[in-house]
Amino acid sequence: MNVATTTPPVIRLEGVTRVYSAGSNAVRALDGIDLAVARGELIAIMGASGSGKSTLMNILGCLDTPTAGRYELDGVPVNGLSRDELADLRSQKIGFVFQGFNLLARTTALENVELPLLYDRTGRFAGRASPAPEALRRVGLAARMHHVPSELSGGQQQRVAIARAIVTGPSLILADEPTGNLDSHTSIEIMALFQELNAQGITIVLVTHEPDIAQHAHRVVEMRDGRVLRDEPVAAPRDARRELASLGAAA
Amino acid sequence: MRKRALFGIATRSILRNKLRTLLTMLGIVIGVAAVIVMVALGQGAQAMIEKQIKGLGTNMLMIMAGSTSQGGVSQGAATFNRLTIPDAEKLARESTLLSAVSPVIFSRGQLIGGIGNWRTMIMGVAPSYQAIRDWPMQSGNFFTDADLRSVRRVVVLGSTVAKALFPDEDPVGQQLQLRNVPFTIIGVLAPKGQTAGGNDQDDTVIIPYTTAQAHLAGHSRIGQIIASTFSPSDLPAAQQEIRQIMRDAHKIAPGDDDDFTIRNQDDIAAAASGSTRVMSLLLAAIASISLVVGGIGIMNIMLVSVTERTREIGIRMAIGARGGDVLAQFLVESVVISVAGGLIGIVLGYLAGFALARATGWAVAMPPDAAVIAVLFSAAVGVFFGFYPARKAAALDPIQALRHE
Ligand SMILES: Nc1ncnc2c1ncn2[C@@H]1O[C@H](COP(=O)(O)OP(=O)(O)OP(=O)(O)O)[C@@H](O)[C@H]1O
Ligand SMILES: [Mg+2]
Repeated sequence: MNVATTTPPVIRLEGVTRVYSAGSNAVRALDGIDLAVARGELIAIMGASGSGKSTLMNILGCLDTPTAGRYELDGVPVNGLSRDELADLRSQKIGFVFQGFNLLARTTALENVELPLLYDRTGRFAGRASPAPEALRRVGLAARMHHVPSELSGGQQQRVAIARAIVTGPSLILADEPTGNLDSHTSIEIMALFQELNAQGITIVLVTHEPDIAQHAHRVVEMRDGRVLRDEPVAAPRDARRELASLGAAA
Repeated sequence: MRKRALFGIATRSILRNKLRTLLTMLGIVIGVAAVIVMVALGQGAQAMIEKQIKGLGTNMLMIMAGSTSQGGVSQGAATFNRLTIPDAEKLARESTLLSAVSPVIFSRGQLIGGIGNWRTMIMGVAPSYQAIRDWPMQSGNFFTDADLRSVRRVVVLGSTVAKALFPDEDPVGQQLQLRNVPFTIIGVLAPKGQTAGGNDQDDTVIIPYTTAQAHLAGHSRIGQIIASTFSPSDLPAAQQEIRQIMRDAHKIAPGDDDDFTIRNQDDIAAAASGSTRVMSLLLAAIASISLVVGGIGIMNIMLVSVTERTREIGIRMAIGARGGDVLAQFLVESVVISVAGGLIGIVLGYLAGFALARATGWAVAMPPDAAVIAVLFSAAVGVFFGFYPARKAAALDPIQALRHE
């Protein structure tokens, strides 16, 4: 990709290893991962269960730190940062989307989306109108702002979660099986949303088990036993919006 | 703005579990209510005692039989009743600083007259008693030195006795049987109210001490001698003077202990507040136990809350909350619970104080600073007992927390 050569990568991993020491036997969940993700990319990570995808996402998301190897996020070396510094990096640079949505129950969509603003320490949002309604509008949920999660469908809940992920304008969105709990049609709708946000310049890394979903990315990384087995660009990425249109025509 | 958000989160989470929160607060509520009642009673009693000390009469001194100087124990029956009329007369004669002296002979007895009969306290005193106690008349007159010398059977009624036996008429001039001896009523004293111990000072009749000795003999003893000085600044010197005269009268060898006790108004006030202090200590014990139990209740419920909301904590951490943010959130929550409990406790405490005042007739003072202290104290309980659960929440690993069911 051209973009990758002109701007520094959002993610640069060199020999990243993560060892879980559960008692006497240690598990090498990640075993020397080298990976670079350029700004503006949409990449999919695939692999069998237990291959280390979630472990890698946790490290990319600064929720966990590597046992060995280097990780640079947006040019900032993550190794050796304190808990608070990691929290600040998450607050400023990362948006998470989870398989189980992970919205706060009995809390409206708008309040859920406003949550990351509460923990902002840069003061970027002080004294301005809240960016939360705009984020909800971008995911197509402006009309559901005051609904609580139990009043929303799975796809709508995931949209709220995506709005929460983008509300602070992060460099990177990390989504671990974002369509895992959704039917295929809703999954394509969510992928359409990711493609739209990606087109607006947001870098996205997502984990998926479904090859069809992975085909919406620019690039697919396949893992096995904590290593990168394959790392290939997708020849002709699918366009989710066009798929939805043809599905609608068929129905 | 962040602070307001923290309070918002805390109050919302508290309102979500109304009953649970209310039960959690109970210990704090009771503890703070007990503190408020304690302070209200203590201050009320203090105010009452001060008022009463003034009511005792100005510059008053009291001489009682028995020594309390060493160990506070009087030396048995043999030396107990050692105050005599001659002691009182000698004091009146020899002292230079005392304006008036009167013996007081205490006795109890049945009165018959007016509309029925009445059991009350009988005091035999000198005419100067009225001035020493600063006790005005409601009607009629106090008896005179002539009455005293002639051992006349005249009586002055306390207002409670007058009301009980002569509800509809002025008793002055009427006859009365006092232990079957006929007396003429010559006056009624103005009401003086209750003592700190709750005794009605107006439930009494007063007769000349000579008459008491002559007609109530065998049933009377000199309980005390009361005296007053010309001015309050004479009190310490007068105490010394009385001591010398009394030691002389009782022929006490130098180096031996006094067989009498002299008390001034401060001593009397201290004795009176001693009894309310026991009550206060009891309430303080209840209060501190309730506050500790209440604090443990808060700690318990906060630990439950941290476990219930582990996933929420994980979400907050994933989107950028620091450990300190989570700590603050849970600490604010426990402080909001404890302060809310404290506020309810203040209201209940004040209500209980007023109810107690109505039911018992005790004086109850409601100092506003007690409420401020109670709020600060319950906040401190919230911080102290909320800290451990809050720190536990803050120390959670975000990955584990997000996986929590
Ligand atoms: N906290 C942990 N302690 C010990 N071992 C762990 C821990 N978390 C993960 N592992 C192990 O690390 C390996 C990789 O796990 P990971 O969750 O990253 O797999 P995954 O690729 O996300 O699998 P799935 O597709 O099922 O979600 C597994 O063998 C797992 O058992
Ligand atoms: Mg996984």
